[in-house]
Amino acid sequence: MTRTGFVIANMFRKKTRTVLTMLSIIMAFLLFGLLQSLSHIFNAGADFLGATRLVTQARVSFTQALPLSMVPKLEAVPGVARVAHSQWFGGVWQTNTQVFTFAVDPQRYHDVYPELVMPEEHWKAFADTRTAMIAGKQLADQYGWKVGQRIPLSSNIYPQKNGSKSWAFDLVGIYDGKDENWKKQTNAAFINHDYFDEANQVGKGRTNFYILKLAAGSNAEAVGKTIDAMFENSPDETKTQTEKEFNLSFIKQIGDIGLIVRWILFAVFFTLLLVVGNTMAQSVRERVPELAVLKTLGFSDRSVLGFVLAEALVLCLVGGTVGLALATVLGGMVGKATGGRFQLPVDAFVWSVGFAAILLMSIAVGLLPALRARRLNIVDALSAH
Amino acid sequence: MFSQVSAIIVINIKSIPERWASSLVIVVGLAGVVAVFTALLAMATGFEMTLKASGRTDVAIIMRGGSDAELNSGMDRDSTDLIKHAPGIRMGSDGKPLASAEMMVIAELIRKDEVKDGANITLRGVEPAAFALRPQLKIVAGRNFTPGLRELIVGRGVLRQFQGAEPGKTLRMRGSDWTVVGVFDSGDAYDSELWADVNVARTTFGRTGSSSVLAALDGAEGFDRLKRSLAADPRLTVDVMRQQDYFSGQTKQFRRTIGVLASVVTAIMALGAIFAALNSMYAAVAARSTEIATLRAIGFGGLPVLASVMVESLLLALIGGLLGAAIAYVLFNNLSVSTLGQNFTQVVFSFKVTPGLVVRGIVISLIIGMAGGFLPAIRAARVPVVDALRAG
Repeated sequence: MTRTGFVIANMFRKKTRTVLTMLSIIMAFLLFGLLQSLSHIFNAGADFLGATRLVTQARVSFTQALPLSMVPKLEAVPGVARVAHSQWFGGVWQTNTQVFTFAVDPQRYHDVYPELVMPEEHWKAFADTRTAMIAGKQLADQYGWKVGQRIPLSSNIYPQKNGSKSWAFDLVGIYDGKDENWKKQTNAAFINHDYFDEANQVGKGRTNFYILKLAAGSNAEAVGKTIDAMFENSPDETKTQTEKEFNLSFIKQIGDIGLIVRWILFAVFFTLLLVVGNTMAQSVRERVPELAVLKTLGFSDRSVLGFVLAEALVLCLVGGTVGLALATVLGGMVGKATGGRFQLPVDAFVWSVGFAAILLMSIAVGLLPALRARRLNIVDALSAH
Repeated sequence: MFSQVSAIIVINIKSIPERWASSLVIVVGLAGVVAVFTALLAMATGFEMTLKASGRTDVAIIMRGGSDAELNSGMDRDSTDLIKHAPGIRMGSDGKPLASAEMMVIAELIRKDEVKDGANITLRGVEPAAFALRPQLKIVAGRNFTPGLRELIVGRGVLRQFQGAEPGKTLRMRGSDWTVVGVFDSGDAYDSELWADVNVARTTFGRTGSSSVLAALDGAEGFDRLKRSLAADPRLTVDVMRQQDYFSGQTKQFRRTIGVLASVVTAIMALGAIFAALNSMYAAVAARSTEIATLRAIGFGGLPVLASVMVESLLLALIGGLLGAAIAYVLFNNLSVSTLGQNFTQVVFSFKVTPGLVVRGIVISLIIGMAGGFLPAIRAARVPVVDALRAG
């Protein structure tokens, strides 16, 4: 029998115990995967967003709209290549489902966001049709929207001139993301700002956000400072951040949930450590005479230590991998079920943290019993029985 | 029969300390499950209690139709004047309708543990009647703002969670400086707000109208009368809600989110804990097999043996559950946190570990204990006497 075979055979010595321990580990890593993914969202935000775009909002809050008359001033700032703007519409689909809907200038938005891909004739239709709307692929898939349909959408903020809050738009295109990360960002709809501005009853010529595409080689921080200095002491003071900072601060608004998640992770891990550690200790205790026999046969102290550690590693590795795989599947299902509005990607990052945890855990639970096995005195161990 | 059961149970419980390591697994495992479950639901409960306390049934809030939240609502001066003089509103001590047209905008403050990322805070411009409409709200430090001046009073919750809003400090908003002159405490959602004179706020934020009208209702019939008359007025498209309904409506989303999170996490952890408990109880039965066989040999029945294993498992589960609830209480009860509310602004609230939650946690731990104990108990009852004695 090979050494590997020996380790595996030992694991099946008490099938019930191995299976039950394995199941506990699977559950723990399933939870670990999901929570780590959740926690990653709160801590890192959107890593794939670079510093090539700046977001300018009103300093007091982005809910306070800025005048569109700022466009030429922003365009004149050295280092700014193109300026797009985006206004929150407060879209509501059917009775009570919020749809992320923004009123934008189609051409400007297209120029600033080359990552959103759609056939050029659809972009043209978006720019040329006053009542046009484009929707992200995830969003369109969720509600079964097709190009050419008229989409009724109400706004919980803006009434039209006739006082009605029920709007309707012609869906002229469905955009997708250029890569995996951007494909996950396709849960919003965009409408034509010109039409919105004309048809709505309140607050003309304003927008919540300016998105500035930086010229190659320009310094994001310096450009941001120049802009904020330009509007200082005016009623429309600005706050300019990189797109990444903006996203992160947005996520942070949700508050201390990230902290709570870390507490749960801690509780889960502590519990798990005890459960598996105890099982390992028990298994070694029961096998004291066998280990003594192994030593009598000439196996070194080190190889006996190796056997026990290997067993812990196999147990944690198999359980951990299955658990993380389950978490990946479940996380994907969550994203699908919510139409991409809530993403729980168990990605390469979560997997690598997961594997680190598996290794750490194997050592933590295997080391004490393994050391005990190594120190074992043959005569004492055999005579006890 | 009964004496047999109790005799074995006592023997068994006394022997638990000999098997402390595997017993500890059950206790710790369940303490983990219950602590997590209780803490998560204590968060939802705290949020709910804060918002519920904010609303009264004898006060109505009126917003533009279909707005859902004050943030989305806006009404011009003519509309709010019409609303204030509608029937169904109680008169104040000054003989005028007791109603306050209020404007809500969002300002940003920086959380105490952050350096630069701002969080949204409600800035509420109020009319003098606002204070009579919220008798629970008291100025606890400094003084009230002076009408006509750029002065603010801040809620206790804001002070607790965010920096730069202490009395005497100035906040810069839209190119002008505001001085914080006082602190108020209302023990509800208003504690998460900044208050100012509505007219000064309108000028600063370039608005002319209001977000909502808060009105005291005249008797039990007041609400219906007000609602009917506003619905009948062709000049108005508004939603009328009792203040309490408005606030409890805002808790739905949060309650559901936390509820889903708590159930998923608890379910997965509970499954893990059941497997661990099964493991430990099988081990306990194996360790006791000689003892059990001896008892059977001298005439004890299978049922008392089964009962003793179940009782051991339930007892350990109970200890674990109590420990978990205690951990949740010590670590989380009254912990002050904040999150985004319906108005897209921060709501400051505290965790509340209520007796009801503790009971639910313990029930869960007992269910897990029962699930983890049952199969091992059956095995114990079936221990083959001769084999077990010979092996021992």
